Amino acid sequence: MWTADLPPFVLFYAGVLFALIPSHRLRAFAMLLVPVFGAINLLSMSADASLHMTLVGFELTLLRIDDLSLLFGYAFHIAAFIAILYAFHIRDRVQQVAGLIYAGSALGAVFSGDLLTLFVFWELLAFSSVFLIWARGTERAFVAGLRYLIIQVSSGLILLLGIVFYWRAEGTLSFDFIGTDSTYGWIILLALGIKCAFPILHNWLTDAYPEATPTGAVFLSAFTTKTAVYLLARSYPGTEQLIYIGALMTCFPIFFAVIENDLRRVLAYSMINQIGFMVCGIGIGTALAVNGAVAHAFNDIVFKGLLFMAMGAVLQMTGKINGSELGGLYKSMPKTTVLCIVGAASISAFPLFSGFVSKSMIMVAVLEEGYDWIWLALLFASAGVFHHAGIKIPYFAFFAHDSGIRTTEPPSNMLAAMSIAALICIVIGVNPTLLYDLLPYEVGYTPYDATHVLAQTQLLFYSALAFVWLNLMRLYPPELPSVNLDVEWLYRKLIPGAGRALESSVSQLTAPARHLQWNVNVPAKLAQLGKTPPSGQMVTWVMILLGAGLVISFW
Amino acid sequence: MSENGNGRKLDDPETVKWILRVFYVICAVLFVMDFIIHRHVSHEMESIPGFYAIYGFVGCVVLVVVARWMRVLLMRDEDYYEDKPKNKDINQDYNQNYNQDALKDRNEPDPVKEAHHVDR
Repeated sequence: MWTADLPPFVLFYAGVLFALIPSHRLRAFAMLLVPVFGAINLLSMSADASLHMTLVGFELTLLRIDDLSLLFGYAFHIAAFIAILYAFHIRDRVQQVAGLIYAGSALGAVFSGDLLTLFVFWELLAFSSVFLIWARGTERAFVAGLRYLIIQVSSGLILLLGIVFYWRAEGTLSFDFIGTDSTYGWIILLALGIKCAFPILHNWLTDAYPEATPTGAVFLSAFTTKTAVYLLARSYPGTEQLIYIGALMTCFPIFFAVIENDLRRVLAYSMINQIGFMVCGIGIGTALAVNGAVAHAFNDIVFKGLLFMAMGAVLQMTGKINGSELGGLYKSMPKTTVLCIVGAASISAFPLFSGFVSKSMIMVAVLEEGYDWIWLALLFASAGVFHHAGIKIPYFAFFAHDSGIRTTEPPSNMLAAMSIAALICIVIGVNPTLLYDLLPYEVGYTPYDATHVLAQTQLLFYSALAFVWLNLMRLYPPELPSVNLDVEWLYRKLIPGAGRALESSVSQLTAPARHLQWNVNVPAKLAQLGKTPPSGQMVTWVMILLGAGLVISFW
Repeated sequence: MSENGNGRKLDDPETVKWILRVFYVICAVLFVMDFIIHRHVSHEMESIPGFYAIYGFVGCVVLVVVARWMRVLLMRDEDYYEDKPKNKDINQDYNQNYNQDALKDRNEPDPVKEAHHVDR
């Protein structure tokens, strides 16, 4: 039956047709089969499978199979299955379709062998995923989704610009290693950097993901950033700048995570932290480091998904997600609590959990290459991630002071999805060779020796001790209903504010001439445009900036 | 930290006390292990006894202290970005000036008051 080596995205796009099924249960079940068939297709694919086509003179490669793309292909199929199972009870067709197209686009991007195909899927990732945010139905989510879309599409436009340069210089669209020796290398890196949440470019992630639906956030956590990590691993291994960028990414978000109140936003910050480890490993560029980076991406897809699922369950069942409003939920959600702790242990890289077997590879590789300071930074970030994701998330949601909220466990499909993810975390943690066999380079690495295990256990237990001590001393910052300023302040406050100031000064200038019909009309029209100033202003400004960038770069 | 741990009796301070005691013992044992297990080190810093323990503890305290300090600088109200009233005012200003004459004739309610009413 599966004789043709279909590009994986085809099955996911075709699965959209299942949305026509009128019965809710049957439709959800059919959707669940999509990643299953996808996995069968992927596993039965011949090692030299490829698919080329020519479009208006461009040679396009829709399917490129090698160890690197296969690893992400497997990870995305697992993530899609878990996320669709988690969303099994959802009846909203928009979310179901968006989820499938989103997962399919990520697969399309990962298996694309040329830049034009990549660009198409890159933009489809943005357009499909935004519906998972908008589906929340709140005005906040709508505006956050708009900001998300603008930034994601901008990343695509920058990528397109890089592609034009690439094509001019190389005369081909197929790509592999790109590097930063050329202008187009930098432009494409910038595009990847936005999707990868490099520092300063990171704020879309912490802005938009927490506004998504409980199930949508699970999809979001898996695909966009990991697609970018895949492309970095393919096209920029050994780029030294990435080491420093990655180290910065591991360190700065943990400070924000400690004081953040929205627990899904805490997870978004810790996501940047985890991607930082991957980016750093890719920057080191040795076989061990790149292996560690992509292995960590694989594990992160599962354990970050698990944590987003646990917090999604809390949000769905209680309607609350702020640490200041939660607490004591272990009494009514014991299973969710345990599953969340498994995810927390995995992200904290406890021995016998999945994070440990991949993160330690990166740490060892960093030390082997003599980046002592970077190693210390990553070690600090490792302690920090345990502090905010490992302890803070479970502690403030399920323990801490009893909020008095009494609820029930989430629907069984949600529990099942979380259980599968937790199982994968433990199985890979206990038996890392399962994952190591899939890695692009030969691995001669054993995570379980006395040195590594003792060092990591000490680090984590003493981080926990610090948490206990700070709490006893009442030094630990309490969860407060608040917003913490981040880079987004620039485009959510400063620029709109400046725009409004400009607007009102214009209106003051024209005020004396109000009796003239045309003069009265203009500010009124302006005011109409400014009805949603944060988004309206931002669209304008992004357009201006992008246009200017485009003009300058072609000069 | 009065209710940490696992199980159903976590609200009982006695249980918490016991959990913490066990935790302290584990921490102490882990520290002592440094002197028993010979670690093959790849960095001279690692050979400092208790390096990872001290680094983890100090790192987290620094993290929290800095984060507390960041709060002073960066923390704002929950609805900091939801600056609706201000926008409304600007729009109202225009609408008022623009529509005043027309409204006088038609005897319609004041848009400013109405907008405030909708807003609250």
